[in-house]
Amino acid sequence: MNWQWFHRLGSPKWFYAKCTRWLPWLWLICVTLFGFGLYQGLLNSVADYQQGETVRIMYLHVPTAFASMMFYVTMAVAAAVGYIWRMKMAHMVAISVAPVGAAMTFLALATGSLWGQPTWGTWWVWDARLTSELILLFLYLGFIALHQSFEDREVGDRAAGVLAMVGVINVPIIHYSVYWWNSLHQGATVSKLDKPSLDPSMLSALMYMLLAVILFCSIIIIMRLRNEILSREQGKQWIKEVL
Amino acid sequence: MFFKLLKRELLRHWRCRQDLINPLVFFLITVSLFPLAVTPEGQMLQLMGNGVIWVAAMLASLLSLDTMYRDDYHDGTLELLLLQSGSPYTVVFVKILSHWLTTGLPLVLVSPILSVMMQMNDEAIKAQMLTLLIGTPVLSLIGSVGMGLTVGLRQGGVLLSLLVLPLYIPILIFGASAVSAASMGLEYIGQLGLLGAFLMGSISLVPLASVAAIKVSIR
Repeated sequence: MNWQWFHRLGSPKWFYAKCTRWLPWLWLICVTLFGFGLYQGLLNSVADYQQGETVRIMYLHVPTAFASMMFYVTMAVAAAVGYIWRMKMAHMVAISVAPVGAAMTFLALATGSLWGQPTWGTWWVWDARLTSELILLFLYLGFIALHQSFEDREVGDRAAGVLAMVGVINVPIIHYSVYWWNSLHQGATVSKLDKPSLDPSMLSALMYMLLAVILFCSIIIIMRLRNEILSREQGKQWIKEVL
Repeated sequence: MFFKLLKRELLRHWRCRQDLINPLVFFLITVSLFPLAVTPEGQMLQLMGNGVIWVAAMLASLLSLDTMYRDDYHDGTLELLLLQSGSPYTVVFVKILSHWLTTGLPLVLVSPILSVMMQMNDEAIKAQMLTLLIGTPVLSLIGSVGMGLTVGLRQGGVLLSLLVLPLYIPILIFGASAVSAASMGLEYIGQLGLLGAFLMGSISLVPLASVAAIKVSIR
């Protein structure tokens, strides 16, 4: 097997060129997925027998919550790769992912609170999942703030890398201790692969939206990454040729 | 080497006694603010005393993290110690240990007085001391990573709390719940066991992260 494509990902120049070519296509797929997902979710799926139409917030809430956790791990893995093998691209990925992940965490909390008001009768409860999502937001903010506060970007990269690695070990511990502390959130319904307890029309809408949100986040991350590459590599010959 | 370093650290703390006393005074004042703010009624104090004492101890420990590295970092001692001692691990470990001996342990020793002031019963006071005894070393350990990362920064203080407090949450949860279980006469050995597990896990892993953190700051 030829691994050259993989090693090339470490080169800012190559990555920049590839991204420029991919972006329009990614946008196209993303918009299509959003179209399918929103149509299926808002118009074509059944309303919940208890929650009625409010259940449709789920099609934004679940994907953003999923993305918020997925991107924390992505960020931590990228930061660890950057710290251990001193790859500058990996650090750039970690830095670009962090604000997007934080935004998704915030969206998950906001949509959750909008959903909670009509169904649980309150904007906020100190429930385990909500609390650990809130703590996840703090962890993201800590990462971003630590990176921002170093004047030297490379030192900031390494410091934030250490923090991300410590954080990712702690995330499951925090999650389970909070879970043990208190829970009233409904259990996971999608992870049961054999027979999901969701209606098929809801499930397909959810899957479309999940893919769409993750793809959307990836596009934003790639765009941030391009900016990051441009600002870090400024003055290099290839940049002058590209721009 | 270990004991020489430990002696030096303890002597350093002893010579600026202000740093030893400040966290304790902070601890006392913060806890005594709560009855003033909420209610001096015994029942209520008993209910929230465990949490209040735990949060105050956590903040006191957080505020005192500064003394761990900052002075040594600014006069260059830390750099020399890391270079010359041959083992950065030992240096960091001794610093964490001495931080606990000078701030964590006094907090544990003072806590019964505050527990009595918060109208807690005997069993709860015992649990409070035990959980603080097991929990405060973990606070020093985790805090050392945050302090290592922020020691070179000018406004590290606020940032430090943002980095470290979320990581303190599991300790707070199990510490406070052990005490409230004890105050209701329930078994709390499970929470103590989990705190012990956190302590063992962080003793074995955190100093390594702390060395990495301090190396980022020193270069």
